Amino acid sequence: MNKSILPNTAANLRNNGRLFQRVTLFVIWAWLIIFALIPNILVVLASFLTRDEDKFLALPVTIDNYLRFVDPLYVKVFLHSLSMASVTTIICLLLGYPFAWLVSRTSKRWQSFLMLLLIIPFWTNSLVRLYAVKLIMAANGLLSSALIGMGLINEPLQILYTEKAVIGGLVYLLFPFMVLPLYAVFTDLRQDIVLASKDLGANKFQTFWHVILPLTTPGIISGVLLVLLPAMGMFYVADILGGSRNLLVGNIIKSQFLDARDWPFGAAASVLLTLTMAILIAAYYASSKRIGKTDHNEVA
Amino acid sequence: MTSTTISNAMKWFSRLYLTLIYLVLFAPILVMVVFSFNASKVGYTWAGFSLHWYYELFSNEAMIQAAINSVLLAVVAATVTTVIGSLTALSFQRYDFKGKSVLQSLLFVLMMSPEIVLAISLLALFLMIGIELGFVTLLLAHITFCLPFVVITVSARLASLDNSLLEAARDLGASEFTMIRTVLLPIILPAVLAGWVLAFTLSLDDVVVSTFNTGASFEILPLQIYSMVRVGVKPEVNAVGTILLGISLVGLLISQLLLLKKR
Repeated sequence: MNKSILPNTAANLRNNGRLFQRVTLFVIWAWLIIFALIPNILVVLASFLTRDEDKFLALPVTIDNYLRFVDPLYVKVFLHSLSMASVTTIICLLLGYPFAWLVSRTSKRWQSFLMLLLIIPFWTNSLVRLYAVKLIMAANGLLSSALIGMGLINEPLQILYTEKAVIGGLVYLLFPFMVLPLYAVFTDLRQDIVLASKDLGANKFQTFWHVILPLTTPGIISGVLLVLLPAMGMFYVADILGGSRNLLVGNIIKSQFLDARDWPFGAAASVLLTLTMAILIAAYYASSKRIGKTDHNEVA
Repeated sequence: MTSTTISNAMKWFSRLYLTLIYLVLFAPILVMVVFSFNASKVGYTWAGFSLHWYYELFSNEAMIQAAINSVLLAVVAATVTTVIGSLTALSFQRYDFKGKSVLQSLLFVLMMSPEIVLAISLLALFLMIGIELGFVTLLLAHITFCLPFVVITVSARLASLDNSLLEAARDLGASEFTMIRTVLLPIILPAVLAGWVLAFTLSLDDVVVSTFNTGASFEILPLQIYSMVRVGVKPEVNAVGTILLGISLVGLLISQLLLLKKR
């Protein structure tokens, strides 16, 4: 009796599996095409169209929207915005690299505790945290009062509503995103390779420059990717801490879409952001491939 | 001797550096909690303990409604995302199919795309199709940006899975579906739950995507908070933040206890 059922079950089972697989794949493909691929194509198309008061977009195809980025009127705003995002990324890297290294050198138990501590702030709404940062930074705020109280300064600090405040807010929110990939590469870093370098007579600087730095480059690039792109886009940080003069690319895109109703220009700005992302991802793959090769050679 | 003094100095430097960074990271959270109990109306100075801002908060009906809406949105978005995301992770692990690497790169690009680009591209799509902005558009948008994170969380767990268990189930006559339900799901359940929690948190905290895809018919908490913190001093914001932090800490505690029980 069992024997007569078996082939049947096997066929059923294969059909079951295939149906299940088909439905799943259909859903995920459909979702990504409708909500990721098509919208992005729409944005690229929009960036080559002309602004229209009623319908947002109109026909004459043009590259004017891209040419406006080299227009002196906008160049200043864009460069300022890019410099704030870049400085944020550099500060995160300079603070995060030794941080991730030091954490990876502690015992396993401490490592998981310290990494958990790093993530806890995420459970507080980021706007509320920025509001608290504002309370600390304000001219009559906590930092100034504390420093004046200790006699370190005489006049209140003027940080809030300057670019320093925007950079500070961005570093505060994005620092963990720099640390996470760096921590991952430091825990994968094989100590025998570092020791081998020392045994072969390299001094500390040479070991760092020729061995540790190249091996941790993929972590650096993904950290930069995770910090630089949000640092250009997080318009609410500039809104809350920066005042009207310190705009991020995100503020420019937002105002083009929601206030100025100049969709083509806003779309062109987002295409440029996406291109920045593409370049960084390509750099990441190039660097991890190179390491994959050297790693392989050393093992062989 | 010199080497021990150096490593000792190194140890102290390391401790000092880590402590300083954590102090800075936690200072705003401390300020938020302390100032949520502040009696002062100005916001910058301490004027004694008070629950005034909590009363203020709970009598603000728009805020309560926005909080309910946000939780509803986050629960639905996280649940749908977890179902689609877990099944996707499963297909990546179990099957070979045409276009697998294309699908994986699409998800990767989606995760890496700047939020603001995702936000405006979805806005363009919704306006083109002609869906009214509100709950539905927010839900579709939130599912989209949470999806890659759930796939990655579940995939990580599946990668360390012992395949012989699954093969044994199939050899013993379980259908693919039965095998997934009775063998695979219990094993990957912690990762699936972790994916749900991650999606829930991402949805509840999102400002960028929501700003573009929301409508007047459906107010949500982050945008309410946003309009409060943009203009001047609103101490009740600290109370909202403290309550949200409290809820997340309780949630974490419960999930840790559940995980311990499993073991």
